[in-house]
Order: sequence, then structure tokens, then C-alpha cells
Amino acid sequence: MKMDMSQYLDVFLEESKEHLENLNQKLLELEKHPTDVSALNEIFRSAHTLKGMSSTMGFEDLADLTHHMEDILSDLKEGMLAASPPVVDALFRSFDRIQSMIENIERGIGGDSDNRDLIGILNGIKQGHMEAAAVVEAVLPEPENHVLQHSQDIGDLGLNEYDMAVLNEAINAHMRVVSIKVEIDRECLMKTVRAYMVFRSLEEEGEVVKTIPSAQEIDEGKFDSSFRVLLITGSDPGEVCRNLNNISEIQVSECEELHPDSLSVCAPIPVLKESEGLSGEPEAHDQKKGVKSKQTVRVDIERLDNLMNLVGELVMHKGRLEQIGVNRKIVELDETIEQIDRISTDLQAVVMKVRMVPVEQVFNRFPRMVRDLAKELNKEVDFIIEGKETELDRTVIDEIGDPLIHLLRNAIDHGIESSQERVVRGKPVKGTVKLRARHEGNNVYIEVEDDGGGIHTEQVLQKAIEKGLIDAKEAENLTWEETAALLFHSGFSTAYAITEISGRGVGLDVVKNKIESLSGEIFVDSRPEQGTRFRIKLPLTLAIIQALIISVQDEIYAIPLSSVDETTMISSQDIKLIQNQEVIMLRGTVLPLYRLASQLDIPAAQESDIDDIYVVIVRKGERQIGLVVDTLIGQQEIVIKSLGRLFLGIPGIAGAIVAGDGNVRLILDVATLF
Amino acid sequence: MDNTNEPETQMLVDAPEDLQVVAFRLGKEEYAVNILHVQEINRLLNITRVPRTEKYIKGVVNLRGNIVPVINLHTRFGLLPDGDPEDRRIIVFHFDELKVGVIVDEVSEVLHIKAGDIEETTKVYDSAHAEHIKGVAKVDERLLILLDLKKTFE
Repeated sequence: MKMDMSQYLDVFLEESKEHLENLNQKLLELEKHPTDVSALNEIFRSAHTLKGMSSTMGFEDLADLTHHMEDILSDLKEGMLAASPPVVDALFRSFDRIQSMIENIERGIGGDSDNRDLIGILNGIKQGHMEAAAVVEAVLPEPENHVLQHSQDIGDLGLNEYDMAVLNEAINAHMRVVSIKVEIDRECLMKTVRAYMVFRSLEEEGEVVKTIPSAQEIDEGKFDSSFRVLLITGSDPGEVCRNLNNISEIQVSECEELHPDSLSVCAPIPVLKESEGLSGEPEAHDQKKGVKSKQTVRVDIERLDNLMNLVGELVMHKGRLEQIGVNRKIVELDETIEQIDRISTDLQAVVMKVRMVPVEQVFNRFPRMVRDLAKELNKEVDFIIEGKETELDRTVIDEIGDPLIHLLRNAIDHGIESSQERVVRGKPVKGTVKLRARHEGNNVYIEVEDDGGGIHTEQVLQKAIEKGLIDAKEAENLTWEETAALLFHSGFSTAYAITEISGRGVGLDVVKNKIESLSGEIFVDSRPEQGTRFRIKLPLTLAIIQALIISVQDEIYAIPLSSVDETTMISSQDIKLIQNQEVIMLRGTVLPLYRLASQLDIPAAQESDIDDIYVVIVRKGERQIGLVVDTLIGQQEIVIKSLGRLFLGIPGIAGAIVAGDGNVRLILDVATLF
Repeated sequence: MDNTNEPETQMLVDAPEDLQVVAFRLGKEEYAVNILHVQEINRLLNITRVPRTEKYIKGVVNLRGNIVPVINLHTRFGLLPDGDPEDRRIIVFHFDELKVGVIVDEVSEVLHIKAGDIEETTKVYDSAHAEHIKGVAKVDERLLILLDLKKTFE
């Protein structure tokens, strides 16, 4: 009998992807530090879980391949094999195959794949060292005994070396090893379902390392009325068994914790009592939690937007209720409104948080890409990632991957020189590429930095002249900024498209366009012979910003705080005229002064001669400008809304918000206001 | 208004060319727009002026969390507001995924217009704004100007 697994397919896919990501990362670590035991353990655990999951789901080819991978991994752990480049390569290739198989499963093509080539390679590696390890093998008798006779006998479980490795590792990590015998009611019609529930329950507690009969046989119903499992857990064995007994039609007949000494390969040693050394230390728990992957739900971003809209509405109507409360002076209403206020504020914060994801999601794809690329180009590259916990809005995250790939490819292909060249220039043989993310104010900065050859101004200019972007005369007078701007010109980067590596037909102009479409900016710094740094500045989120709310006459506007430097109050005598342009002095600097009322054609009520004038100092590029307003209302977190097609590209207006009173307020765009 | 001389059956079953329209007043003129393009009719909401736009753009309003532009067709067509300010409404039209509010002096009614009662614009009307008009419908003694929304909002 085969269970219908389709409902678990999503869970399987989601979890296997997490494990794949983990595998990928740890393999890279292992490659860097071949003796890194913790990385190896992680790889082992992920591979093992993958194997278990895929065989449960009936993807035999996948299970088989991971099994062979595991063989190699356990040898690595035992120290019988060194993590030499060919071994790691073989593991990477297996990993790739597993990944493509899982992708096929996701596409519904199925998980069948002919892996004989890889299994051949893996076996070859295994055999290669097996001869050396043969002496060790000979001492240990092969497990033959599969009959369940004496349940107390650990030997019954037919542990092989690799199981032992897992168990020893668990014990070293202060985990508990529990042997559980589960009896299923003889009347039970769906044994496999019960068994499956038992496994699900156990997997929540820990890791099932061994079952008698095998997991596959249990799956197919090839067992009588009982089976045995060996579980590694951080929880209390009694608790685990009590949980199991909650499943109907099953009974835990034995539940024993195993002492480390009893764990030797197939040695028929009776089970010992609870050992003091194993009584669960608190960190054992934590460790398990750390390993357990995060539970996630995929949600259509549109639904989040809807949710956001609704929360906005709620907040707005709350404002109206407050107004009623104030007007009518109802105390009870005020109290209730206060509660609603608190809840809606929290709700708003949560909804905004939901949209934020760590850049890790994107960054984790890169180490492998960098490694492969460096290999392909025969360059040695150290890839350093910093700040991957930095959070960004979901919509930004989804879009930022491709531009970063392009910049990284550029850095490795064009930036980092060949090893010989580096030696000649007296640099370390290994090039360094850094990918850095950090949070600064309302922005996130992502930097791609290499210590390669840098950008040569003359070459850029020459190419620009060739492409007809500038003429030779213009080229002479260009500043570095202007030269760098050429790099992002659409006519310039076509040359890059020719090489296969940084190619895919996109150039830096595409990168720039993408970044700008995300309301971001891109800068480039470069020093010949020393390296290049691309700096991307992105808004934390596209939807919510901090803004300064101001008023002019009876119109209210929001100015994004990101473009506000400070606010100040001046008197009318402070205003001077230079060539008919009003200016003020601010700490020794002369700033042009603009009156928002006349900028926005706001009808003047009367020529006011009030002496106190509020000025908002805004930044436009490198320039500071004073903006005269009537009152400063305050700072507020606002949800940006589009004004729609009809109002596209009005200079000075960036969008709109719905204020607490339900009225629409406009957001000023300082960059295009003047 | 008086429609009783129309046969019942024709009210219920539209011939394909027949139109159901919302009729409204701008100044002293009566206009009509296909009812399929009308999303809703609202009382005058607080309209926020949008600077640096055409004069006939009155501003934007908040329609349940959506920002909707409001157009003043009086200015556009050179008409003067007329009638009781209390009767003034915003009709929100939608077409091509665009939503636009229009301030009207009064919403009169929903009408059926037979294709045969619609006159081509060029025959009866010749002015600077003729391109906004699909035709003129005769309903009893009234003349309804059929607006071409697409052209109006372009």
C-alpha cells in the first residue's frame, strides 16, 4: 500500500530547498577549511535528512544518490578520507544533480534520474580509500542479525558504521539516543498511516536514525504489528513516548535511553540504565532548535499589499473615531479608542515587518556562483559576505538579485587580475571580492568591492570615443564622476555583452536602470591597480517612509525625511538677496532660499510680515537648499501611494498619502522641485 | 422624466446597438456616459489640489484608500457651474484600468437610448470640443451629449 504523499509535496520541496541551501553553504565552507568538523556535521545532517525525506516521498533515485553521498561524508567524518578537491568536487556535482532533480519534482516532471555516473564516481572515491581502511573493517564483524528477538539488545538494530557515526556525534553534542518499540493495534486497518504519524511525531522531537524494519519496508506496510526506531533527540524520552501514545491505535511498548558505551557496532551488549552523563543538558535543547529549519508560509505579495491598504483604512477611521470622541466628550469611547489605537499601531508595524526579508535570501546564491566562475576563469578569489542579516522590502529583494550577479561577475571577470598579474603587481595571489550590506538611516547600502585592476580612465574614455558617446575634445575635460557615468551609458556596455561570463547580454546600464526603478542610486569608486567598488543605495522599503509634514497656507505636504537635512527658524532680516535670488547664511554657508508657496503656486492669503520664518533645509544632490514653509506639523511614517497614470512625472511631486483625517496629502520630490 | 411611451419590452431587452447611460448636468447642458463606465457616484469629497497640473484638473480624492484624480469638465468645456451646490456630485468613471472622478452639477437619471436616436456629432455640432463627443441623443424633447471618455481624459 502506498500512501498519497501529494499533500506533503509542498512541505518536502520547501524543506529540501532549505537543506540544499544549507548544503551548498557548508560545502563551500568545507572546501575552504577541509578540516572543519562542524561544517561536515551540518552537511552530513542535511544530506541525511534529504535522504530520509526523499525516500519517504518515494523518490528512490534521489534517496539513492544522497545515500551514496552520505557514504563519502561519513568517511570524511571518520577521518578515513580527506576533503581533497576531487572529493569536494564530486560532492558539489552530486549536490547539483540533487538540486536539478528537486527542481524537476517541483515542475512535476518527477524525480527520476540516471545517476549511475555520479554514483560511480562516489563509489570510486569510497573504494579508493576502502582498501586503506580494510584493516579496520576486518576487525568489525558485519551485521547479520535482523530478527527482532531480544528487544533490549542494541545489536538488533543492525547498526552499521555510518549509523554509529551519527550516534556518536549526537552523544558528543549532548543529545539523547532513545530506542523505541512501537506496537500497532492488530485491528488497525491503516498500519502505514499510523506508522507515518509516528514518524512525523518523532521528527518533531528529533531525528530518526534507524528503523527496523527499514523505513521503506514500513512505508510499504511490510511489517507485522510492531517496529523499532532509534531516535536522536534533545527532549526527555518519557515525554517523547507519551506524545506518541497520544496517537490512536498505537502503543509504545518500550522506550529506553541508550548509554554511549552500549553504542558499538553490533556488539550484543545489553541496554544500560539511564546514565548520569546523558541527562539532558539545557544546551542540548538549544542546539536542536538551531538546527530545526524556520517554518515559513509563502504569500502572494499582492495580498500583503491588500492587507497594508486595509490597515491604512483602519488607521484612518480610527482617526475619525478619535475626532468624535473629542467632540462628544465620551469617556468610555476614549478608552476604547486608546485600545484600538494601540492595536492598530502594532498591526501596522507587523504588516510592515512582514514585507521585510533579510538580504541573505539573495546573497546565499552567490558564493557558489563566485566559486564556479573563479574556477572557470582560473582565478583565485576569496569571497566575503558581510551583513547578510540586513533586511529589505520583499519587492526590492526580488529585484536586486540580477544586478548584483552582474556586478559580481564583472568584479571577477574584469576586476580581479590573473594570478600571474597579481604576483607581478605585488598583490596577494588570491583576489578578494566583498559583498557588503548595511543599514543606514532609511537606506540600505549594498557594496560590491574587488581588489582587482580597477577602472582605467583612459580606457573608458577611449572606448567612449570609439562608441561615439563623446568626442576626443570632451574627453579631456571630464571629471571622474562624468567618466564613471559613461560606464552606465547604454551605448557603452555593449562590449561586455560579448564575453560569455559577464554577458547574458546585460550591461551596467541595465544594472543602473534596475536600481533606479527601485528608487535607488548606484555609485562607483575605483583606483587603478587597487580595485573597484560599486555602491548601491536602496530605500528600505518602497512603500513606507519617514516624512516631515509641513503646511503652507491651508495646504499640507509631506517631505521625505531622507532629503531633509534639518529645520531651522530665521527672521526676515536674515534673508539677503544675491542677483534677485533670496539666500540665507547657515553656519557660514550661503544657501539659496525658495518659498514653497510660490514654487507650488499656492495662492497667498496675505503678504505676511511675521518675523519667524520656518525653513526646511533639504538636500538636492550635493546642494543644500532652504525651503520656506508656514508651519512644521511633525514627523510621521507614511505609506506612499501612487498618484496614477494621469499624474505621471509632475515635477516636484513624488506621490500621495492618505492622512489620518481621510484627506489626500502630496509628497514632495525635492530632486525635481526646483 | 417621462419614458412611459416606450414599449416595456424594449426597456428590458436591449438591442445590441442600444445604450444604457447615466445622464448628468454640466452647467445648463445635459451629458450622458455609458453606464458600464460608471463605477460610482459620490457626494463632493475633500479634494486635494495637485500643483503644476492643468487648470481643469481639480485635484485628487481618497476613495477608500485609492487615490483618484478629479477633473473639472466645466473648466475644460468652458461652462459655468449651475444649480444648487447641494446637488453637485462626483461621478467616478473607470475605463482602461483608469479611474477618474468628474464633478457634475447634478446627476439626472439612468436612461436607455436607442441607436437610432443618436445623431453623429459632425451633423449637429461643430466646436472646439467636438472631438470629445460621440454624438447627440434625442430623448423626447431633451438633447443628451454623449461623451467620449477616452478622448476627454487623454
